[in-house]
Amino acid sequence: MAPLVEIQGLTAAFDGIPALRGVDLSIGRGEAVALVGESGCGKSVTWLAALGLLPAKAAVAGSVRLEGREILHAAPAVLDRLRGGRVAMIFQDPASSLNPVHRIGRQVTEALRLHRGLSGAAAREEARRLLDRVGMPDARRRLDSYPHELSGGQNQRAMIAMALAGEPELLVADEPTTALDVTIQAQILELLAEIRRDTGMALVLISHDLGVVAETCERVLVMYAGRVVEETAAAALFGAPAHPYAAGLLAALPPIDGPRRPLAAIPGGVPEPWAMPPGCAYAPRCPRHVAACDAAPPRLETVAPGHRAACIRPLARTPAREAVEA
Amino acid sequence: MTDRDEPLLHAQGLVRRYATRRGLFGRVTEVRAVDGVSLTLRRGRTLGLVGESGCGKSTTGRMVLGLEVPDEGGVAFRNDRMPPPGTPEWRRLRARMAMVYQDPLGALDRRLTIGAQIAEPLEIHGLGTPADRPARVGALLRDVGLRADHAARYPHELSGGQRQRAVLARALATGPDLLVCDEPISALDVSIQAQVMNLLSEVQARTGVAILFISHDLRAVRQMSHRVAVMYLGRVVEEGEPDAVLHAPAHPYAQALVSAIPHPGRTGGRIVLTGDPPNPAARPAGCAFHPRCAQAAALCARATPELKRRAADGRLVACHVAHGEVAPGDGMASRPIPAREPA
Repeated sequence: MAPLVEIQGLTAAFDGIPALRGVDLSIGRGEAVALVGESGCGKSVTWLAALGLLPAKAAVAGSVRLEGREILHAAPAVLDRLRGGRVAMIFQDPASSLNPVHRIGRQVTEALRLHRGLSGAAAREEARRLLDRVGMPDARRRLDSYPHELSGGQNQRAMIAMALAGEPELLVADEPTTALDVTIQAQILELLAEIRRDTGMALVLISHDLGVVAETCERVLVMYAGRVVEETAAAALFGAPAHPYAAGLLAALPPIDGPRRPLAAIPGGVPEPWAMPPGCAYAPRCPRHVAACDAAPPRLETVAPGHRAACIRPLARTPAREAVEA
Repeated sequence: MTDRDEPLLHAQGLVRRYATRRGLFGRVTEVRAVDGVSLTLRRGRTLGLVGESGCGKSTTGRMVLGLEVPDEGGVAFRNDRMPPPGTPEWRRLRARMAMVYQDPLGALDRRLTIGAQIAEPLEIHGLGTPADRPARVGALLRDVGLRADHAARYPHELSGGQRQRAVLARALATGPDLLVCDEPISALDVSIQAQVMNLLSEVQARTGVAILFISHDLRAVRQMSHRVAVMYLGRVVEEGEPDAVLHAPAHPYAQALVSAIPHPGRTGGRIVLTGDPPNPAARPAGCAFHPRCAQAAALCARATPELKRRAADGRLVACHVAHGEVAPGDGMASRPIPAREPA
């Protein structure tokens, strides 16, 4: 069976400066996949490019297929039906994604009209049901609220309700909890997991927070400098990362128990997109760097069943890692 | 230098109120951003201040620096009372303390070179001679892991991590005794956060500077702090050693915060609080946390719990239930979980 979404060799460049340098990934039906990486690694741009949401000056190439059908550079009418319909997206800052001068109810019913042809009382009733579904307190009254009258967590719930209006097969959530307080973050993550259980919707969670990812997703893709550098089951990544960058990210996270000692920080910073190293983009920061790393960008290769890494010197398979992968 | 056990900073019963008006002709309501916070900080130590947005942690930090005047209570720095802001005494004292902000780009002036901005506090406080300032700036840059030639760069020419290092170099220029760091790492990438936390620890080990580390990130607070205070709606609800508070939180709010720490490999057991973070303009009566608390009993809605030592282990906690003054109830959670469609 074809995957729900298959992205191959996706590149994007702004004014000749590459932001994506060949992204390959696929999302199965109902799967929860995380895209992790630091700012500028291309994790958001991948989805903006795939869904045709980048400004016209961006040069996008490659292939994006939704159930086998090419959607990259598809006609605007096709994309308009698709976005918010089969594929929905929510963003980090709900307050700036909602229209401040329209009531919540109107914004949800607009999505219902566009994607499900509902109008009038039926749309309003469905909007109330959706707000209820996302745990909005006092949903009927909230239909008449403006975004500024709601808290950040409630606005994010409203965003999720709008995303659910088109009954999407895939929800792309771009840092959905970053702007929220930790206790509210926990609520939103529970909600996303619950909706996925109920509807069988696939989820792509874009995040810089490894902890959030670990709890929410089955599979994780780690991106660095416009490429996927590691792809594996969440448990395998946290148990035994293969790419030194993924290992470095995990080591840099302050522990919540055990002795406190200086953190294993990754030295240096992400390379500038206009000054990419000739070989592996992580080579200048990598503790395992050898001369061969600078020859050419490494390809994403299988290091174990279901585990791929773009590294010519991946971290050795340890007994612990084999136990995790078994 | 003063005795290590002598408190460097002592804040007692800080209260900060703001008046807000809802709508153009709305009634003026009083918002208590900070409602009776006491803190003590010794030389070379770090106090972590944790809580969610609106809990008053940043306002507390600003009062500690004298940037805001408390409506009640007061701040003593090395046993001297904080002089009124803007006075020459306050300016002198301000050279002994500095602030590190969340957003390094916003904290730096885009039109000035990094070197000029680091030299500025030296000029304001008349430290050193103009001739030896470039050398001093170079030394400060090296202390935070930058190169002396970064002095000639502008903020936009540096990466996020480098900018936060530059902000720290400026904060350290006057050789302060106290740094107030307000969310110093939350705008930075994960790999850079670790660099900045390590740098703060190094600076503290070298100079003995005391740090008030304000953050919503419990992992970072544990990494950095010798003590941690958890704030909720303008009050400290629990205070203690980081590992004690993180591994066995006594206050139900601290328990929920700790359980919300995302954790690779966690298997269930998360306390998901109902409801929204509370509004300081509509502070619930009694314990401010009681509407969201799963253990609240009738007493919690009536009487405000004091922050005091728990008999069993001496933990500072403000909770009727934790102190055994009342048996745990089954919560006053007034917001029911929204009705679901029948299965």
